Amino acid sequence: MSTLAIRERTLEQGAPAQGLSLARGLAAWRAELDAPIAAFFSSCVHCGLCAQACPFYVETGDPRYTPIYKLEPLRRLWESEFTLLGRIKSWLRLNQPVTDALLAEWEELLYDSCTMCGRCSMVCPVGNDIAYMIRKMREGMVQSGHAPEGLIAASSRAIRTGSPMGLQWKTLEVQIRHVESSTGLQVPIDREGAEYLVLLSSMEVINFPEYLEAITRIFAHASISWTLSTQCFEATNAGVQIGSKDIARTLVERVVAAAEQLKVSKVISPECGHAYTAIRWEGPNLIGRSYPFKVFHIIEVLDELRASGRLRLEGKETDRLSMHDPCNLARKSGVIEQQRNLIELIAEQFVDFEEHGRYQWCCGAGGGVSSNERAEALRLQAFKRKKAQIEAVAPARMVTMCATCRTQLEEGIETYNLNIPVVGLTELIAEHLVDKEPA
Amino acid sequence: MNDAMAFLLWTKGPMLNLALGIFALGVAVRLVEILILGRAKNYAEPRAPEWIGGAKALVSRTLPDPGTFRRAPFDVLIGWLWHIGFILVLLFFVPHVELIRGVLGFAWPALPTPLVDVSTALTILGLIAALVHRLTHPVKRFLSTGEDYLIWAVVFMVVLTGYLSYHRLITPYPLALGMHILSAEIFLILVPLTRLSHLFTAFIARWYTGAHFGRKGVEA
Ligand code: SF4
Ligand code: SF4
Repeated sequence: MSTLAIRERTLEQGAPAQGLSLARGLAAWRAELDAPIAAFFSSCVHCGLCAQACPFYVETGDPRYTPIYKLEPLRRLWESEFTLLGRIKSWLRLNQPVTDALLAEWEELLYDSCTMCGRCSMVCPVGNDIAYMIRKMREGMVQSGHAPEGLIAASSRAIRTGSPMGLQWKTLEVQIRHVESSTGLQVPIDREGAEYLVLLSSMEVINFPEYLEAITRIFAHASISWTLSTQCFEATNAGVQIGSKDIARTLVERVVAAAEQLKVSKVISPECGHAYTAIRWEGPNLIGRSYPFKVFHIIEVLDELRASGRLRLEGKETDRLSMHDPCNLARKSGVIEQQRNLIELIAEQFVDFEEHGRYQWCCGAGGGVSSNERAEALRLQAFKRKKAQIEAVAPARMVTMCATCRTQLEEGIETYNLNIPVVGLTELIAEHLVDKEPA
Repeated sequence: MNDAMAFLLWTKGPMLNLALGIFALGVAVRLVEILILGRAKNYAEPRAPEWIGGAKALVSRTLPDPGTFRRAPFDVLIGWLWHIGFILVLLFFVPHVELIRGVLGFAWPALPTPLVDVSTALTILGLIAALVHRLTHPVKRFLSTGEDYLIWAVVFMVVLTGYLSYHRLITPYPLALGMHILSAEIFLILVPLTRLSHLFTAFIARWYTGAHFGRKGVEA
């Protein structure tokens, strides 16, 4: 992470990055190469079916955006160093070398045209998990100095300030006071021994303050013991997005430290897709041990409250609602039924996209693409797949449960003049709570 | 005629041993190369046992999801057509079954020869269609390397020489049969050396992917 900070500084000064090099990038790849990757590269038959699964190929028609092609430099390294035949080829100088220029060329393919949505991983007939490889390949891109500036900036802000957007606790505190005065409820802070530690995402705090109010009301309604932590409120993980284990580990360690200090038994990831995968699935591996607490996405918690009868709701939304599944939540984490159970409680007319759940299409902004300003045009082009899905069912409003997806949906909908509002599922649920009967 | 006979005997003798040797050794090397890399221990609490997802994916990836089928029906149908045709002929043609019985000491009933014949013809047509598709589809053409065309040619030769020798379209017959056996031997040699390795590594790939998603509660 220190090298990234150096890189950011030197970038500002216009000098070349220090410390990061092709050799370090290749070393990172060697460390990441494992049996699944070797099996995947050995199996690809160049059928090209992964292309039609990827929003970036589908919406641009550019064959360079074929998912497996994005991994070509890593494949070359694997072939020339991890296979006998490749070693013989290298010895005869018949191999295709991995050069700095090659990586510079591939930077766009790995960061601008891939959200690590994992859709390609679901359709490859030989079974290749392409997104798994992209995640690992980004480690070497960072170490070789080929990560996009926007993501480097977000990562170093996250390390320095605790938030990828540089958000301070002071700002959050103002919002907390505001929530407390509008709800008449207390937002618990640093309460040791609470059942749940609630994490937030900066994007949510800035763009969608309704979320904090919604959970404050829902948890009071269901008599849940919860707390925020002044030590760590940020759930997102820029390290997972840019592809730096060091950064990712540092950020996860902060969450773990806060949870352990407050002795909570459960940690709730907010309406954010990647934060959940980062803490739930990558986190324990980043720190090399399992947690003394369980991790849930807020939607899992709400569905659990529903199932146990602690969520008493009244009234229904009467307009036609449809839903966008965040990739990280549905396809990459198996939370698919929960949001449907919840929306059924409050929607009179709910209509699913034809391809949803594990086959849903990415909004185009995940995997760090939204922090990578350079990718903006491509991001909005990839959104056209979502646009086509939305137009096919013509909802009056869209519901989702990830602040990044929601921001992208709002921006895309505005760009293409669809005129459809987007709402977070948690706040929609909060609007239907039965008022607590007076004691 | 004598030359043809000598050629046939060579393909059935020394060349067969060589091909089987390279195949077996090659596959073993490839398996070691892959599996030796291992996988990092996973500390994240699973939703379901990995092996269930892994086992399911071994089979389920054979069928495409409905969206893929709708977007790429030709790929799926042609792929199935010639893969199924090829496997059917390989495992159920009378002489092949007898060969298997000779090697293993047991075998299964063969399919009626006219059925195998039709299946061979369809496989040939399927392979031609697959080649045309590879040459014309923007993504396939873009991805394809010399190796992809080499593999195609070898698979095609195996099926074509089999068809031609069965129908006595090449004379003398021993030459035709020898060519068929030689093609099959080249195929065997190329399995560990090229992307043909997918015929065993695809199951490893499916296993890992199925396990990886399965532990997260997603059917892959
Ligand atoms: S779908 Fe799978 S086998 Fe086909 S080109 Fe993509 S990675 Fe290779
Ligand atoms: S993970 Fe998603 S965006 Fe990336 S290559 Fe695969 S389908 Fe495309």
